[in-house]
Amino acid sequence: MSFLSYLINGISLGSIYAIIALGYTMVYGIARMLNFAHGDIIMVGGFVIFTIVSTLSLPPMLGILAAVAACTLLGVVIERVAYKPLRGASSLAVLITAIGVSYLLQNVALLIFGSNARQFTSVVNVPNLKLAGGALSISGVTMVTIASCIVIMVGLTTFINKTKIGQAMLAVSEDTGAATLMGIDVNKTISVTFAIGSALAAIAGALLCSTYPSLTPYTGSMPGIKAFVAAVFGGIGSIPGAMIGGILLGIIENLSKAYISSQLSDAIVFAVLIVVLLVRPTGILGKKITEKV
Amino acid sequence: MKKNKLLIQNSITYAIVIACWIVAQILISTGNMKSLMKGLLVPLCIYAILAISLNLTVGILGELSLGHAGFMCVGAFSGAFFTKCMENVIPDVTVRFLIALLIGAAVAGVCGILIGIPVLRLKGDYLAIVTLAFGEIIKNLINAMYVGKDASGFHFSIKDSLSLGLDDTGVVIIKGAQGITGTPKAATFTIAIILVLLTLFITLNLINSRTGRAIMSIRDNRIAAESVGINITKYKLMAFSISAALAGVAGVLYAHNLSSLAATPKNFGYNMSIMILVFVVLGGLGNIRGSMIAAVVLTMLPELLRGLNDYRMLIYAVVLIVMMLFNSSPKAIEMRSVFMDRLKSKKKPAKEAA
Repeated sequence: MSFLSYLINGISLGSIYAIIALGYTMVYGIARMLNFAHGDIIMVGGFVIFTIVSTLSLPPMLGILAAVAACTLLGVVIERVAYKPLRGASSLAVLITAIGVSYLLQNVALLIFGSNARQFTSVVNVPNLKLAGGALSISGVTMVTIASCIVIMVGLTTFINKTKIGQAMLAVSEDTGAATLMGIDVNKTISVTFAIGSALAAIAGALLCSTYPSLTPYTGSMPGIKAFVAAVFGGIGSIPGAMIGGILLGIIENLSKAYISSQLSDAIVFAVLIVVLLVRPTGILGKKITEKV
Repeated sequence: MKKNKLLIQNSITYAIVIACWIVAQILISTGNMKSLMKGLLVPLCIYAILAISLNLTVGILGELSLGHAGFMCVGAFSGAFFTKCMENVIPDVTVRFLIALLIGAAVAGVCGILIGIPVLRLKGDYLAIVTLAFGEIIKNLINAMYVGKDASGFHFSIKDSLSLGLDDTGVVIIKGAQGITGTPKAATFTIAIILVLLTLFITLNLINSRTGRAIMSIRDNRIAAESVGINITKYKLMAFSISAALAGVAGVLYAHNLSSLAATPKNFGYNMSIMILVFVVLGGLGNIRGSMIAAVVLTMLPELLRGLNDYRMLIYAVVLIVMMLFNSSPKAIEMRSVFMDRLKSKKKPAKEAA
């Protein structure tokens, strides 16, 4: 029974990673850039909810909506101001700029909220589920997290396959030049991608802070890196890959915390990533790229 | 002719370092240097060495590495471990420190080879994330590691110091997350400057040698390099491990500049690796002198802004973004070239008139 509960918690943690990883993978697929500031958008989402729910004592649902709106706007603004001028520049330049944006977000949060950890009140009000006569207890947050992950996955897949803008996103990620020739507005498509990715980051922030209720300006950076690992794990640029990668990563992390060593769990997660990449150099679902002379 | 030019360029680089040393010495002896600056002298050298060594991987070999702090960590811990073990065998602190430097470099270099063999098969962003993962693994393992020494030899554990099973004479050398405490402060500014010069000497000579040209040809076109018979794996590994060994030297220097050494996310985590990468990119990829100067300027910048205390890291972030936009965005480059052209065309008629 304890194994099952570790597994379920792992899936829940993995779902959070998966939601964050979707943002990384979509941006990478379309703009070919590693958006290092993505993790910090989670933190911004967390602080927006904290301000509205704990400071202004407004209902949690309003907090989540405000966080999604704020993060979407933030994502689009960051893209416009910091990344758009660098289109066509070397990928390393964009990477460093993204790191600069990450520092900026962290330090603005540090100035406003200070470095002390804030106690985050959970936004999820679902009672715990007791199974097998109380031997297995699943918390409300866990269930909501897994459920939202499934909803997001289904919604996003439908969005990309059924809507015009979704198809445009696919086209841009396939071949930017050809997409422009077909009359697709590449800049608008990239903005939409950033908006969706950042909105997902806000939801991930709400779920993450409800599961681990302590909020600092650096809350987002480690889950951000792990989600990035998850995206690479599943094959960066692939949406189902991000989902699989995230959930596998969460399970591995939780099981190694439970059975091997809590101190070494991060090392084990990264070691698994290395092994996977050595066997499949572009991740589980990644496309194989052949090099042309 | 070309060789002469190269010699002059390299001499300028060495001269800058030596000039810095002389200026610092004068300021210290006349008492014009603040204690804050004095404390910063050795770290500046450490960052300069790290930036130069990472430029070898990123700028010369052309592979993005986000795990450079991991090699620094390996060097720091192996060097400090040696110093602690040999405390009673080699009484002279400086001699011990010099041997520790060699050991740190060797261990980090070997780690570079071991990690490089599997990792260098990957490309681009995948390579970056795997090096980041390796850096985190190294930091994590050292944080969970306990090593003790007693009459019967070394004891090793990854649980806690009690499970080492030491006898009465035993001492715990590496205490998990607490790291190594009580290393002597053997690093001086002079030694650090000599190490910077040595690093420059190794790197600049490597770049301008047959080996260096082979490494750069891999960066410019891997397939073309392979087809003219360059052993890709050998040269990639060579550049990667030399870069790792130099980072190890910086690590030993770091360990002997502080009395206690612990692997925290701040000093050996991916944040540190990224910071070194920022030095390299802002200094110019492949430009050794540039990365050295960028390391010094960017380390000083937050310290010089200390008066603004809370805002200093914010300003640092803004400066970073603006500099990247100004340096790399296609529009800014175009604007700069237009501006330069105008400047030139204004100068020319003036010359003709004269």
